[in-house]
Amino acid sequence: RTKTQNFCRNEYNLTGLCNRSSCPLANSQYATIREEKGRCYLYMKVIERAPFPRRLWERVLLSKNYEKALEEIDENLIYWPRFIRHKCKQRFTKITQYLIRIRKLTLKRQRKLVPLRRKIERREKRREEKALIAAQLDNAIEKELLERLKQDTYGDIYNFPIHAFDKALQQQDAESESESDAEKEEDDEEMDKREFVEADDSDLSDFEDMDKLETSEEEQEEEEEVEEKASHSKSKGKTPLKGPARRKRPYIEIEYEEETEPTTKTKAV
Amino acid sequence: AGHGSGPAEDGAPPAPARVLFPPTFSVSEIKNKQRRHFMFLRWKQQQRKEKLAAKKKRRKEREALGDKAPPKAIPKTIENQRVYDETTVDPNDEEVAFDEATDEFAPYFNRQTVPKILITTSDRPRGRTVRFCEQLSTVIPNSHVYYRRGLALKRIIPQCIARDFTDLMVINEDRKIPNGLVLSHLPDGPTAHFRMSSVRLRKEIKRKGKEPTEHVPEVILNNFTTRLGHSIGRMFASLFPHDPQFIGRQVATFHNQRDYIFFRFHRYIFKSEKKVGIQELGPRFTLKLRSLQKGTFDSKFGEYEWIHKRREMDTNRRKFHL
Repeated sequence: RTKTQNFCRNEYNLTGLCNRSSCPLANSQYATIREEKGRCYLYMKVIERAPFPRRLWERVLLSKNYEKALEEIDENLIYWPRFIRHKCKQRFTKITQYLIRIRKLTLKRQRKLVPLRRKIERREKRREEKALIAAQLDNAIEKELLERLKQDTYGDIYNFPIHAFDKALQQQDAESESESDAEKEEDDEEMDKREFVEADDSDLSDFEDMDKLETSEEEQEEEEEVEEKASHSKSKGKTPLKGPARRKRPYIEIEYEEETEPTTKTKAV
Repeated sequence: AGHGSGPAEDGAPPAPARVLFPPTFSVSEIKNKQRRHFMFLRWKQQQRKEKLAAKKKRRKEREALGDKAPPKAIPKTIENQRVYDETTVDPNDEEVAFDEATDEFAPYFNRQTVPKILITTSDRPRGRTVRFCEQLSTVIPNSHVYYRRGLALKRIIPQCIARDFTDLMVINEDRKIPNGLVLSHLPDGPTAHFRMSSVRLRKEIKRKGKEPTEHVPEVILNNFTTRLGHSIGRMFASLFPHDPQFIGRQVATFHNQRDYIFFRFHRYIFKSEKKVGIQELGPRFTLKLRSLQKGTFDSKFGEYEWIHKRREMDTNRRKFHL
């Protein structure tokens, strides 16, 4: 209901407002345009058919061509009052416009609305909270990082005296025993050990660690990076001992030299 | 006698030291709500006292026995009681290893491809989503954010492939917050559709760290045990370049717990050999997998490898799929 006029609820109304001149019930001679499934029809009501309610409204299919349809309307409503003719054409124009818009929109992607279910949302939220508490993320991350540190994925960067020193000592002893055979064996053992240890780990870190081991070896060979790390770590307040860990390097370099040649070239550039 | 004293003292009287509840009496039989509530509270207090007494007794016994005490009982958790999933991956499984060597991520894991990621949103992203996209692009190296103005996904996928992108991430938005993520590996890879929740932008996280730098972070993937979990984990791993730069000391974690994947981004520092400190920087969010499709994103004709079926899968509280 607007301020001045009512809306008419009759479906055959031409303008949509409730006036004496545009009420299909009040006028015995009336015409409307209605559309069904994308086709427009002209509906007409004349006084001769007033006693036959079933045949009251005569329906004429209008052509799809806009101008032709307008002509058809004119043709059918010839000798009809000006008001009805004019309003019919206006209504027909509006209808075709919105049909065009519908067709254009259906070509574009349409947003599909999926209703949320409140109970399910609440359930999911609660479960998520519980899972978060059960996860203990900080501890898990810290544990994982410490494990990686233990398994030497970081290689040369972090030097904690006890750990690395002992390891370096062990390896130095091994070196002094025999030549490359022993070294290679040790390497194989270490590799096996690494593989064995990794197998116990949670699963995906296998791939990660394997690859990271290789990368850490690569990185060890870069002088610049070592200096960078040294300066970087010194700036963070640590004093790495380069001595013991350095002894590890030579024989590992022998192992991985071939692989890393291309990368060293690119890095040097 | 104790029962009689209850209704007589309404209001807030102190509970007597030892209240006797006759065994046939149940608190729910009293019609008066106030009285019933009062009796229930008293009953609860009594239960708690009994429990405390029992605990004390047990602890004394344990101490008295000393070394011969039976081992402490392990409390039942959901993780302990989890229904055994037959698709759990055994680390030594050859079939799985073979599958993974030949699936779509093999080139990544063999270092043949470098990941290049395209992050985009649904139509008309709002401020929060936009900022989230930016932050995400700083977290993931080699990623680009492009806004979508009405472009159909099916058409941008071939363009992406032509420009050498390896992954596509679409962040779906609802009412100004991001709530969904579609992650698809591009050259014909699987597409995973997640529901995203509890997104926290960097300024909302309580920390005083700086922004994530350009270094390549490490990746931690926790608890991806089943076959499905394995493939999802590999998908995540393939987002990041394979050679982490340890100087950056940054780590991105995808932690799976009860089918929720928590993403966190931290900077770590080793204070000593046994202690590490982590500082959270970067956005955080949680994901829940909704579906996994074999090919690239295709809602109508795609072949679904896994869909979350609510009625079947949500009923059992001990069964998880990832």
